[in-house]
Amino acid sequence: MRFILATDVGSTTTKARFFHLREGEWRFLVAGEAPTTVETPYEDVTLGVRNAVREVEEMTGHRILSESGDRIVVPCDGRIGVDLYCTTSSAGGGLQMMVAGLIKTMTAESAYRAALGAGSIVMDVIARDDGRRPHQKIQRIRSLRPDMILLAGGIDGGESAHVMEIAELINAAEPKPRLGVDYELPVVYAGNKTLRSQIEKLMNKGFALSIVDNIRPVLEAENTEPARDAIHELFMEHVMSHAPGYTKLMKWTSVPIMPTPAGEGLAMRLIASTYKMNVLGVGLGGATTNVYSIVGERFVRSVSANLGMSYSVTNVMKSAGIENIVRWLPFKLGEEDVAMRLMNKMIRPTTIPQTLEDLVVEHSVAREALRLGLEHHKTIATRLKGIRVERTLADTFDQKLEETYIRMMDIDIIAGTGGLLSHAPDRMQTMLILIDAFQPEGVTRMFQDSVFMMPHLGVLSTVYEKAAWSVFDKDCLVRLGTVIASAGGGSEGEPVMSVELAMPDGKTVREDLRFGEMKRVSLAERQEAKAIVTPQKKFDVGGGAGHKVESTVMGGVVGIILDARGRPLRLPDSDAARKEILMKWFQALSVYPTDELQKML
Amino acid sequence: MAERKEESANSREAYAYTPGLKVKRTTTVSKTRKLPIRGEVCVKVGDTVNFDKVVARTQLSGNPEIINAAMLLGAEAQELPEYVTKGVGEKVAKGEAIAASNSLFGFVKKQITSPVDGTMESISEATGQIIIRGTPVPVETDAYIPGKVVEVLPGEGAVIETNAAFVQGIFGIGGETHGKIRMAVNSPNEELTPDKITPQDKGSIVIGGSLVTMEALTRAVEIGVACIVAGGITHRDVKTLVGEEIGVAITGQEEVGLTLIITEGFGRMNMSQRTFSLLKDFEGYMACANGATQIRAGVLRPELIIPHEETLKRVSIDELAAGMVPGTPVRIIRLPYFGAIGKVTSLPVELQKVESGSYVRVLTVELDDGRTVSVPRANVEIIEE
Repeated sequence: MRFILATDVGSTTTKARFFHLREGEWRFLVAGEAPTTVETPYEDVTLGVRNAVREVEEMTGHRILSESGDRIVVPCDGRIGVDLYCTTSSAGGGLQMMVAGLIKTMTAESAYRAALGAGSIVMDVIARDDGRRPHQKIQRIRSLRPDMILLAGGIDGGESAHVMEIAELINAAEPKPRLGVDYELPVVYAGNKTLRSQIEKLMNKGFALSIVDNIRPVLEAENTEPARDAIHELFMEHVMSHAPGYTKLMKWTSVPIMPTPAGEGLAMRLIASTYKMNVLGVGLGGATTNVYSIVGERFVRSVSANLGMSYSVTNVMKSAGIENIVRWLPFKLGEEDVAMRLMNKMIRPTTIPQTLEDLVVEHSVAREALRLGLEHHKTIATRLKGIRVERTLADTFDQKLEETYIRMMDIDIIAGTGGLLSHAPDRMQTMLILIDAFQPEGVTRMFQDSVFMMPHLGVLSTVYEKAAWSVFDKDCLVRLGTVIASAGGGSEGEPVMSVELAMPDGKTVREDLRFGEMKRVSLAERQEAKAIVTPQKKFDVGGGAGHKVESTVMGGVVGIILDARGRPLRLPDSDAARKEILMKWFQALSVYPTDELQKML
Repeated sequence: MAERKEESANSREAYAYTPGLKVKRTTTVSKTRKLPIRGEVCVKVGDTVNFDKVVARTQLSGNPEIINAAMLLGAEAQELPEYVTKGVGEKVAKGEAIAASNSLFGFVKKQITSPVDGTMESISEATGQIIIRGTPVPVETDAYIPGKVVEVLPGEGAVIETNAAFVQGIFGIGGETHGKIRMAVNSPNEELTPDKITPQDKGSIVIGGSLVTMEALTRAVEIGVACIVAGGITHRDVKTLVGEEIGVAITGQEEVGLTLIITEGFGRMNMSQRTFSLLKDFEGYMACANGATQIRAGVLRPELIIPHEETLKRVSIDELAAGMVPGTPVRIIRLPYFGAIGKVTSLPVELQKVESGSYVRVLTVELDDGRTVSVPRANVEIIEE
């Protein structure tokens, strides 16, 4: 095996990535891109795939398509073709699902997590206690045209009548699938197993029913895997086969086509399993923001369907508030001016910033999109509800039991992908955007995707993990470096922590940081340093307030960032002070060309 | 700063061009008019249709009414069949008894009546619910454009074709409408203010220049203008008109009293001379307008279709996708030259550094004012001749 081709049929662009075996190692060779051709007048996704592959052919001189251009030649005959072809897809809006369960915070929430984990966009969650009257739910179901429904409800041997009520409600609403008028809407039933025969009887007409193991067999456990697998199978069998040209595309590859976010999720899991660390990953796209967390054994994906950097850029403004975007600008630009720029970006989503001013505006939006994306993720990455929780004495005083289990101090790795992050002119910009938005605490390694190929490598990993990891490690994962940040609040100038770094050349670097300061220390990619971080007694870097932490820090294209701005990060209220401190950070870390930035002040 | 020139160059990602907005004097416009669910097609190939001709109709099954009958009767779910007085499939009228129970030797009678006219759909022993399906709801699809039926899609609808001028906008609000074109300004640089809208504009498609103000929109709604077309609008005014911030560009369902089509973008933006002249040439013609915009997955732009009899010149897909070459007329669609028009002079292959610090593919454009500027290729759109 010498050549592998992977594509991602995105909603706007089809991206081809070509990998080859070089001196016994799998490496990325070139990328080809072309507009996706799912819509009229083309209505055949394989045209876009062909165009993207043709670019690869032109750049490499290696022929991949057959003489007539109507298929990808697999396997390679020595001269023409590739040995393996696989693809992901999110064209035509991706996989859009409706989920239903009995109780909003229990089985419905588990179903929601399973659908998201399978890479879908969840249009609505129906539950008995969702606050809507039955006729309102029916109206809503009728107005949605999902690709698929996931129905859960009840633990095994538990509640049955109310689960059947939900099923009867869906049945009565007669939901219609989004694609095609003639096919039956796929429904996955993952509820109380004692109801299977009744569900079968009720939904045997008008639906393509699949029955899988209960998503919540007992209150204390969530079993999302069978539902997720069924969703992927139905996605191929029913949804994809009705999208224009997919029947042909399915014949080109023997590897099941996977929704793009599912591929991206697999790539994030690959990082976690390789490093055996907790990972927080993000795909900041044009239309959506996907956040993935792998904490211990738990993998959760959330999708903020309308938080993105192009199509949905004004929705970030709407959700975050224009004032929260403007707060990241070190120069004066009126709110209406910024709003107008973003509206113009929304209607012409493929344009890119030409001026530094425009670039900084987009980076400000990115911080807010990521911040909101993580907030949303935390509402999904929660402990299982409905279980009695033992409260300690401290919890009782605290009154509030944290719903999410995502604690930034527990996150060891942050990984980012998506156009804006990958295309930032300087990797330092990407690193600071991620730090400002996610506010990592303690010692955190930072990675990013080089040229958007995580989904490709995710789907490849299902059939050839060794090749996928080789490319992932060498050509996809850019090591930005490590951030060391202290949690806690203080006042400007107050001592926060001292950091001692034993560098690979034998020298020791010592930095003392005061509140509000940021520093950057160079440490090259694939190098490590031993760090001893000693926080002041109000501050925590992972060992508890005032406790010293020793750690091995990873170098990268940016290096090590020491962040003593405290957590949660607060910007000064005064306009002048805010701009001054932003400039100070940008200068300290060399984020943007200082002279150019000064001109804008 | 660790610049990324080498790396970007190595990635060798190609940039795909998107053709610009269409502004065509003569073209064949074809519209596929489909029902949301299967139904009956009311036209045949060759029929001539007008705007409001119904091309297909169907009946959407009525809304279901769910009645928790067993609970109301004080019975167990599995006992429900014993109490129902109407069977599945039977028609029922509003107020008609559908289930009843006697208790205390017949002294206390509980009765359930139908809340709607409809049909008994199910009697569930699992939940004790009765579902009554309401009267079907008629759904119709009209032709939207006048023209000829060129294809019938059995059970779904028809394809209508017409010879027309076709203008695409960049962003719109509101759905399908039609009316006579009326030029309210004398030049593409002129603002559309309330004093330029008169009572005679009721039902018309009013063309403005560089900007339509909120005051003008308010006046247009009062008068009953069908559609406003202008170069630009401010963010603040769109927010006021719609009543909320536009989050994602999926529009067409708004009910704001008129349809709005913006041809250039947000802010004060002179309408392109070509669009303005074309609309002026067709002043007084009946036109169809739709503000529906969907930029993601499908790229639906607002449109103005002006049916006329001028000679048709077919434009093939290949011509549209020809891409950019030196001499191609383009419009710059991002700062710092937003709105400027010119001709491509060169398309350097190598990545070039722009002011933001990014290395991107650029092109040079000779602007109408004589300057030659370099801009990212992603920031221009082709002006189709």
